[in-house]
Amino acid sequence: MTWFSPDEPLREDRPLQIGAHTFGSRLFVGTGKYDDLGVMQQALAESGTECVTVAVRRISLGVPSGKTLLDYLDTDKFVLLPNTAGCFNAEDAIRTARLGREAGMSDLVKLEVLGDTETLLPDPVGTLEAAKVLVDEGFTVLCYTSDDPILARRLEDVGVAAVMPAGAPIGSGQGILNPNNLRIILERARVPILVDAGVGTASDVAVAMELGADGVLLNTGIARAKDPVRMARAMRLACEAGRDAWLAGRMGRKLYATASSPTEGTIGIPGE
Amino acid sequence: MDEAPIPIRVTVNGAPQEIPPALTIDGLLSRFGLDRRHTAVERNRLLVPRASFEATVVEDGDVLEIVTLVGGG
Repeated sequence: MTWFSPDEPLREDRPLQIGAHTFGSRLFVGTGKYDDLGVMQQALAESGTECVTVAVRRISLGVPSGKTLLDYLDTDKFVLLPNTAGCFNAEDAIRTARLGREAGMSDLVKLEVLGDTETLLPDPVGTLEAAKVLVDEGFTVLCYTSDDPILARRLEDVGVAAVMPAGAPIGSGQGILNPNNLRIILERARVPILVDAGVGTASDVAVAMELGADGVLLNTGIARAKDPVRMARAMRLACEAGRDAWLAGRMGRKLYATASSPTEGTIGIPGE
Repeated sequence: MDEAPIPIRVTVNGAPQEIPPALTIDGLLSRFGLDRRHTAVERNRLLVPRASFEATVVEDGDVLEIVTLVGGG
């Protein structure tokens, strides 16, 4: 339940632990879609994130390289999380993960195996297959998936370090479309659950965190805001607010009103 | 009389290239003027670990991928 039953103990605040990594911030932020890397740098700082996603791509040969993304990322400050974005089968995702580990010098991988280019929804079969191989190869796998509670369980069973259900399709900004599925995943989770994809604005982050998500991963919501730096701050505050609200334990929902002021001692006649 | 070594044909990042024979991965990276930092190489679909760059010799017909990290979500 998203609110407390009377016999549930107070929730305990613990730092987020994923594999060998401990994170103070529960926000994971992407580095894609920025027109200006200086703005990205400021947005990342404002978001408070400690872990940023990056993509693995071919170097362009024969093109003199100017400043690149890595000139704007302080790797002492951020843990790099290479992704397998753009992979549509397990084999390509595995190859990309291996390259990403070598390039990023990080054991972390954000595994995504996508079904098709239009929906960018995860291919559950390919995802599970690739997850198994990468776990066996010693990767700390943070696995992008749909919000299917059974698949989430299967991914845990093969040893992923975190399950990352989509709130909505990648880059759609639709928010948490199925909070009930997310609640089922969270209730049964034995590894951290990060909501990945679909976050459009700060309240989406707050909703995910209030439901008890361990963190949120987002990119477009910040990068495509009119003012990415201010939106990054909003996302940070929403993440903290949502986390606090979950820890505090919200009141139950009631259909009818309950007065906050004493009902005794009023000078009028109730209901008239 | 020395003859010019016959170049070998390889594919790098999807494009055909002619390179001198007996070039190592490390030599190839230098030839393209590439930074080693945050660069990873795959040869015939298998990762070449950074530590093997100097010991791995590129052969005729090899398919190489040279990648780095870019912005992504």
